[in-house]
Amino acid sequence: MIEIKNITKVYKTGDLGNKVLKNISFFIKEGEFVAIIGPSGSGKSTLMHILGCLDVPTTGQYFFEEKDISQLSDDELADIRKKKIGFVFQAFNLLPRTTVLRNVELPLAYANVSKEKREEIAKKSLLSAGLSEKHFYRLSNQLSGGEMQRVAIARALVNNPALILADEPTGNLDSRTGEIVLETFKNLNKEGRTIILITHEKYIAEHARRIIFIKDGEVIEDRIKE
Amino acid sequence: MRIELKNKFMLINDLFKEIYFAISANKTRSGLTILGIVIGISSVIAMISIGQGSTLSIETSIQSMGSNLITVRPGAQRSFSSVSTGRGSAQTLTIEDAEAIAEEISSVQAVAPELSQRYQIVAKGKNINTQVVGTSASYFSIKNIEIDQGSFISEQNVLSQSKVAVLGSTTRDDLFGEGTNPVGQTIRINGINFKVIGVTKSKGGTGFGSQDEMVFIPISTCQKILAGADYVSTINIQAESSEVMAQAQIEISNLLLRLHNISDLDAADFSVLSQEDILESVSSITQTMTILLASIAGISLVVGGIGIMNMMMTTVTERTREIGLRKAIGAKRLDISLQFLAEAVMLTFLGGVIGIILGIGLAYGITFFTSTTTKISLFSIILAFSVSAVIGIVFGYWPAQKAAKLNPIEALRYE
Repeated sequence: MIEIKNITKVYKTGDLGNKVLKNISFFIKEGEFVAIIGPSGSGKSTLMHILGCLDVPTTGQYFFEEKDISQLSDDELADIRKKKIGFVFQAFNLLPRTTVLRNVELPLAYANVSKEKREEIAKKSLLSAGLSEKHFYRLSNQLSGGEMQRVAIARALVNNPALILADEPTGNLDSRTGEIVLETFKNLNKEGRTIILITHEKYIAEHARRIIFIKDGEVIEDRIKE
Repeated sequence: MRIELKNKFMLINDLFKEIYFAISANKTRSGLTILGIVIGISSVIAMISIGQGSTLSIETSIQSMGSNLITVRPGAQRSFSSVSTGRGSAQTLTIEDAEAIAEEISSVQAVAPELSQRYQIVAKGKNINTQVVGTSASYFSIKNIEIDQGSFISEQNVLSQSKVAVLGSTTRDDLFGEGTNPVGQTIRINGINFKVIGVTKSKGGTGFGSQDEMVFIPISTCQKILAGADYVSTINIQAESSEVMAQAQIEISNLLLRLHNISDLDAADFSVLSQEDILESVSSITQTMTILLASIAGISLVVGGIGIMNMMMTTVTERTREIGLRKAIGAKRLDISLQFLAEAVMLTFLGGVIGIILGIGLAYGITFFTSTTTKISLFSIILAFSVSAVIGIVFGYWPAQKAAKLNPIEALRYE
């Protein structure tokens, strides 16, 4: 489903180019649960931005569902994010002072879905992210960290994406709520969803079925667990 | 759960919801920013209403002087003239000029020569200084003056140089007391006794040149007995209809040139003005005043707009992470810029509505407390409204662009 071929990313700082990604290639099939792990500065965030269509590679190709999207414009990338990708961030990034339901509906608002339909889909999403009805109309800033992250997961699910990208989703959570969130991802994967988890902690990466190690902008290990 | 996700932009009512949330999230700040626009818009409306109100009141008072009115006044004094220039105005017009106009120009309905000067007037020990107008019987019909008590000056009074006077209503009030009937009483103008034969009806209007403050006497009496002069200060002419005004003006001008032996119109020692001419010049003055007032108020509107821009800039910075998230979940540049632009326009729109209401209230307040005439025109409301919308767009554009251009990666990381 996802294939990257010889991807490099160079950040220009002054005259010197800072090569963050060096010739990375891999293939991710539909329904996989992949963890990308590496120390800070390894380039995993940059890789995640490219995989999430937030950025384009300097050279190399990125095929998303057999379509080369490595040189699209900002607005074309926005369309792919809208339809195909769900994001879960470390800092949750919910709209404050806004109800849980409305937070989850937001991606659908940008996709021009009617109000009634939106509410129906958002509620289903929230239920599958493990939140009950009593949470639906609470304000996002009144929730606990674990609840917030599950709202964020529901939001990522709402447009029925082909890929869920989670960037350090447990980074702001204690280990117990972190476990709950990781369980949620596992369950979603069992339902057949493709998930990429970016982390720097090994024990979190162990939850995934495949682990890709990145160091200094290169893949140093690609391991599938039995 | 298959749903159709479109490439289109956010729906309008979602946009309004977003704006509502954003504005209500910062009520104090939004309120203060709107206040700038409110003050700007309301002062523009109030200022224009004062300008247009005074134009209107001046126009009505000019029109109340009579219809189809043409006045001939002495012009610049020619340097080689032998006539005294002591009184500051030329003395080139005579009764004969007035008579010639009445006789020779067919489109003229009535002619009334006038000699006005200020004199001391005494009656029953009371003493006032006011305008004394020496004129003929037709003056009253030309100037639309109606009689309240007694009668006007008659042709007979003029022929026989009678020492009779018709008082303006204010003069009557000053000399004899309000509501009294002074007909038959005697007043002294410049030491000479005059018998009061009538009082005019009040016309309203205050200030210089109000007919209510004048005293009317026969022109012959004024020339021979009071002033000792043979000139007139103005010739008032009523044309038969408004259609013949322009023609009459030219004919009068030509006739007087001939009578005064002047060949060149530029050298004329008189000027022929129609009511429209006076109206026009007065209107141009009040219009300039209106524009001046409105532009001073407009400056405060611009300052209000800068306030909007300042607030929007702060909002964009504060909500950087939110913008990053919106972009990550699929918002396009136009989605983002529309959201912030609409927020700015909504702020100025709210300010505009409140400002219009306040401005109308201000105008009524000014009329109520200072008796200055104000006139609120639809034009000024539409102007203020569209200006406020334009200000929203102009001053919201830059912050909206700033938001739309944010890099989603950096925006998401922003602390």
